[in-house]
Amino acid sequence: MRILYFAWVRDNIGYSQEELSCPEHVRTINQLAEYLKLQSEGHARAFDDMSVIRAARNQQFVTHDTKLSDADEVAFFPPVTGG
Amino acid sequence: MIKISIQQEDFDVSSEINSMSSKTIGAIATFSGIVRDSSESSSLISLTLEHYPGMSEAALEKIANAAKREWSLEAVRIIHRVGRLLPEDTIVFVGCASAHRQAAFDGCRLIMDFLKTDAPFWKSEETQDGSFWISEREKDKKASESWLLKNT
Repeated sequence: MRILYFAWVRDNIGYSQEELSCPEHVRTINQLAEYLKLQSEGHARAFDDMSVIRAARNQQFVTHDTKLSDADEVAFFPPVTGG
Repeated sequence: MIKISIQQEDFDVSSEINSMSSKTIGAIATFSGIVRDSSESSSLISLTLEHYPGMSEAALEKIANAAKREWSLEAVRIIHRVGRLLPEDTIVFVGCASAHRQAAFDGCRLIMDFLKTDAPFWKSEETQDGSFWISEREKDKKASESWLLKNT
């Protein structure tokens, strides 16, 4: 699975993308975030408060209970602030 | 015609307006968003815009299409700048062209309201006290939720 990070999510983690094979039990955005929290202190900081985390699956905004597959591109970022 | 650009470079507003003109267009409304000093404690040095390449273009295209369908706009132009910008620089430009003024005005409003909540861009401010990511505004969320679109 390809995972991208933007804005302060990336700043906390320290890099902007990674490739991961997730264990079987990781099936949703929420479960993926929980799993990523175990990867490093930076990940744990980034995903500490999921209420300020937004996600995209294959470049579409999705809710945190959205199901994932290994071929997906998943992105985590704060609420958008463009314009 | 819909044209979307995400770019670092500045652009010329009057040539963008001219490019939307045609014989059937009676009204062109535009919106320009400018870098301003909104930092609470200290003065703004620069604003850096980051985006999600690929998704940001698609998101703007979707918003432009929604506006075009809603009011049968003849042309929509969106330019969003990314990278490091200085106070008074233009961040975003929206142009809507139609036969009559109301559709052009409403098109610009709708596009900006949705752009604030539905397009993956993020701003960070560089101030005298350091750099900070800007957080989302409740007001922007309410503005985009207030539209009841006929065709979506």
